[in-house]
Amino acid sequence: MRLTLLAQSVFCVAALFATMTGTARAQSVAVTSIVEHPALDAIKDGVKDALTDAGHTEEKGLRWQFQTAQGNTAIAAQIARKFVGDQPDVIVAIATPSAQAVVAAAKTIPVVYAAVTDPVAAQLVPSLEPSGSNVTGVSDSLELARQIELIKQVVPNARKVGMVYNPGEANSVAVVEQLRELLPTMGMSLIEAGAPRTVDVGAAARSLVGKVDVIYTNTDNNVVSAYESLVKVGNDAQIPLVASDTASVARGAIAALGLDYYEMGRQAGRLVLRILDGENPGDIPSETSDQLALHLNPEAARKQGVTLSSELLETAAVVLE
Amino acid sequence: MSWYALWGALEIGFIYGLVALGVLISFRILRFPDLTVDGSFPLGAAVAATLIVAGWEPFSATLVATLAGGLAGAITGWLNVRLRIMDLLASILMMIALYSINLRIMGRPNVPLITEPTVFSFFELDTVPEYISRPLLVLAVVVAIKLALDWYLGTRTGLALRATGSNPRMARAQGVATGVMVLAGLALSNALCALGGALFAQSQGVSDISMGIGTIVIGLAAVIVGESLFSSRKLIVMTAAVVLGAVLYRLFVALALNADFIGLQAQDLNLITAVLVTIFLVVPLLRQKLRERRN
Repeated sequence: MRLTLLAQSVFCVAALFATMTGTARAQSVAVTSIVEHPALDAIKDGVKDALTDAGHTEEKGLRWQFQTAQGNTAIAAQIARKFVGDQPDVIVAIATPSAQAVVAAAKTIPVVYAAVTDPVAAQLVPSLEPSGSNVTGVSDSLELARQIELIKQVVPNARKVGMVYNPGEANSVAVVEQLRELLPTMGMSLIEAGAPRTVDVGAAARSLVGKVDVIYTNTDNNVVSAYESLVKVGNDAQIPLVASDTASVARGAIAALGLDYYEMGRQAGRLVLRILDGENPGDIPSETSDQLALHLNPEAARKQGVTLSSELLETAAVVLE
Repeated sequence: MSWYALWGALEIGFIYGLVALGVLISFRILRFPDLTVDGSFPLGAAVAATLIVAGWEPFSATLVATLAGGLAGAITGWLNVRLRIMDLLASILMMIALYSINLRIMGRPNVPLITEPTVFSFFELDTVPEYISRPLLVLAVVVAIKLALDWYLGTRTGLALRATGSNPRMARAQGVATGVMVLAGLALSNALCALGGALFAQSQGVSDISMGIGTIVIGLAAVIVGESLFSSRKLIVMTAAVVLGAVLYRLFVALALNADFIGLQAQDLNLITAVLVTIFLVVPLLRQKLRERRN
């Protein structure tokens, strides 16, 4: 009885496999990201729009598929295996864990990564030069000197910069390590507060009260998810907040010189197009995004005890009312 | 679904088969609700990855990773037996402590192994492609461990371990040091999970701090799916069943990834997996009801 059930289930699985194999080949792009989240989704949309603008639409035979690992590395690994088995023309992998899973599995299929802060440390490519392998992509690293410049423009006498981040997020740790070296050369210092979970963000921010002149945050997933709890501390304790993603400005940060993730998606999409047109991914150097936009929030500045200079207001792409 | 995806699902399924064997020991044999697994799986990955990057030979790195998992399990047992902390709470404490410890071991949240040698690189053959040889290698490891476990649980100490789980008072009356058995059982269980983590990191080319999240859920699901397929109480059958359960779970995920043909989307993946597992859990109940109605 047991064994018949087993046999039945094995048969069902086998039947399903059979129905799914053997589809005709057309130009195909497979996209995966580690989680679904506004910035990462914007990249996916950017890739798709870049393809659409170049005439690659699903109506015209483009085979497009998107899979998210829902934050689970084992599922990311299975998605990578599925994609390699599907043999698409290009795989687009968004965020570090997904990109690593895909690069580990795909040895020959072209891979375009996006939203990876340090692709070299993640061993996706040996350097930012043409890799000679099947991998290229767009990194989302921000030039930190420009970020520090912004901090100084918002809070001219800032000496101690606080930062709330998740010590478990590779991208954030990379930023913290660079700031630790960079800030002292500019007469400033970094004071860190770890928030391993989203619910820890508020407490981490409170631990910085009285110790810092300004709180800077990167695109840390935990912090961005719970940015409101940071804003509450900033407003209550009159600590200016400077963010790295422009969406956080609308949520209560004073300023952000941030990446436009949709534009980064389009940039990755252009790499996909070059590969679809026959270029070898190993000949294409890795890119960084230079589409930076300054967003300002004067209302938040007032609440956090800062007056924005007129030249800063003039250079801003967006000033919130 | 392609062959490549199928072999990939088997490979990951066999690796989680090690976790399932570990969970079988703690939850079923010892009857100890042990959540340390969520920490010991990435602990194995962290230790193996860090040592391999430091230039260690992958086999000894994997061995040390396994021992580290055993140590973590023993500490959970010690918290419970010596410090009298409730079993579930002791394992939760160890699980959250391991998050920080794993970060300390790796020094950063993500240690890639894409360009490093692994245990798998020693078995690269010209005749068999890598995507087939790797699952077969993991299968060999799982089978060896299953057989060793079957043998151990039949020895005197193995029987003492089982007695500790099923009736601790009786076991103590028979002169079994139940405290020591809890420690040993949890050490064994978590050593297997850490071995799974070490192999997972090497097969996926990365050790990431977020790898452990939900390991216990997958391990338990594997045990329960396995048990609902074979309701036998024989240990030899149970150890095989839970490994099969882990493999089936991965096949469900692979199927869910291919479910777009019925209009389902990527974000439905967890739901589809949950529904498929639920169906498996309900099947024995339905069958029983059917039998009752016939009588």
